[in-house]
Amino acid sequence: MRDITIVGASLAGLTTARSLREQGFDGRIVVIGDEEHAPYDRPPLSKEFLAGTSSEDDIGLTEPDDSGLGVEWRLGRTAEALDTGERAVLLDDGERITTDGVVLATGARARTLPDSVPEGVHTLRTLDDARALRKELVPGARLIVIGAGFIGAEIASTAVGLGCEVDIVEAAAAPLQRALGTDMGSVCGRLHARNGVRMHLRAGLAELIGEFRVTAVRLEDGRELPADVVVVGIGAQPNVEWLADSGIPLHNGVLTDERGLTEVPGVAAVGDCANSHRAYTAESMRLEHWTNALQQPAAAVAALLGREHAAPAHHAVPYFWSDQYGHQIQFAGHRTADCTIQVEEGDLDSGDFLALYVDGAGAPVGVLGIDRPRAFGRWRRRLAGRL
Amino acid sequence: MIFVGELADLPPGESARVQGEAPIAVFNVDGELFAIDDTCTHQDASLSDGWLEGCAVECPLHAACFDLRTGRPSGPPAKKPVRTHQVSVDDGLVYVLESTSVDAAVEGVS
Ligand SMILES: Cc1cc2nc3c(=O)[nH]c(=O)nc-3n(C[C@H](O)[C@H](O)[C@H](O)COP(=O)(O)OP(=O)(O)OC[C@H]3O[C@@H](n4cnc5c(N)ncnc54)[C@H](O)[C@@H]3O)c2cc1C
Ligand code: FES
Repeated sequence: MRDITIVGASLAGLTTARSLREQGFDGRIVVIGDEEHAPYDRPPLSKEFLAGTSSEDDIGLTEPDDSGLGVEWRLGRTAEALDTGERAVLLDDGERITTDGVVLATGARARTLPDSVPEGVHTLRTLDDARALRKELVPGARLIVIGAGFIGAEIASTAVGLGCEVDIVEAAAAPLQRALGTDMGSVCGRLHARNGVRMHLRAGLAELIGEFRVTAVRLEDGRELPADVVVVGIGAQPNVEWLADSGIPLHNGVLTDERGLTEVPGVAAVGDCANSHRAYTAESMRLEHWTNALQQPAAAVAALLGREHAAPAHHAVPYFWSDQYGHQIQFAGHRTADCTIQVEEGDLDSGDFLALYVDGAGAPVGVLGIDRPRAFGRWRRRLAGRL
Repeated sequence: MIFVGELADLPPGESARVQGEAPIAVFNVDGELFAIDDTCTHQDASLSDGWLEGCAVECPLHAACFDLRTGRPSGPPAKKPVRTHQVSVDDGLVYVLESTSVDAAVEGVS
């Protein structure tokens, strides 16, 4: 393989370029990214950067060493099509880049409401989103967060710290339900109430009110909540539409094998856009987690270059963290439908605990910890023992 | 010199945290002792809570790995090295000599 194109210039794309060099690839690397910015880190966008304690410099992902990567950057340019026959990537300005290998690292974007929205309504995925939202979170502002997932919860937490008044509107019976299940979602969700955030559960959004600028949110039960700012945090979807005619198998992202290879020779996918087979769950999953975007590229690069790759066993255990109201939430593993909860340390009521998810056969399959990093790290590795 | 404790209380694979000018983590790697700054340079995780893997410790939060000999991180999300410190054992008692700056610590080793 002489040259490789990487589409997507964020965590997974940059890590792919670094992995290529680490694994001895000395050919040409082109990285295409539709944002103007050099690669930056997203987790701080809902946390320190939004809070104003981290600057744009602080969240930059590239380091001085990276100039040695010899990457040809194409920033502010969008890949519009992939010609798998010639392995050519077509850019919005007409450039056609033909290489031997292509790594898709296009990530995901925030899901939006179907209708056009008035001013003051935001989503949060990019640096530009975070800059815009930050300006609006002034002391006393009334913020309504639609969706009580991790991003919504973090924004609520940061906004409280900035002196905003916050309501969260959630359609499910518990916050964080999809990731943690109803019971543990409720336990973690108590952090909101403790910090003065009002939670409206089983509440559907009927309409945003305001002609030019949002003034309130109407719920399906008719209640109206006044608002100065609204954040829609209802999940993300993979950026794969541009591949529709390429012949690359797509289903909730780019389908790949365990190593990140697609069915099309010489084309791999990594990070949030990849729906990859996972040994841990024995099924394909798209993981929207930082650690996956960091760890997956090394395996995909090795597969592309035809090399062996051995990663530590616990890398196969899905893992994410979240920071809310000064607490560290960590989860590893996978929640099965028949799971029950077993508290290992601390207690649920105090909100300082380590709990296991145990499947129907009595085997631990997941671990959740709040402010218990040491024990959590041990369990994360013990879970890998299942493999 | 900062007194850490008795060597017997710090068996291989274990770590201890002591307070110097900044918090310091002391590790026993198969009988060899190392000391580095306890606070991860990425955020404020405590590296003494991390996972020991050979001569490296993995941060318990976002998994940056720091080389105990040089203090250097092996990759993101940490960018800056932690300081390394000298450890000595006298009559079964462990002490740390806190070093002055990150740069001095890193240059001293490489
Ligand atoms: C606000 C926020 C907070 C988060 N907090 C946490 C956390 O606490 N813990 C955790 O584990 N994870 C967290 N995450 C998730 C984590 O940031 C993602 O998993 C990670 O960014 C995925 O990296 P990626 O490179 O795969 O995709 P992305 O970061 O989405 O990058 C993909 C890049 O490709 C570009 N692109 C897309 N299509 C094209 C195209 N056709 N041509 C050119 N470029 C294109 C995109 O614009 C983007 O720049 C958070 C995410 C957000 C948004
Ligand atoms: S706090 Fe150590 S890697 Fe993030």
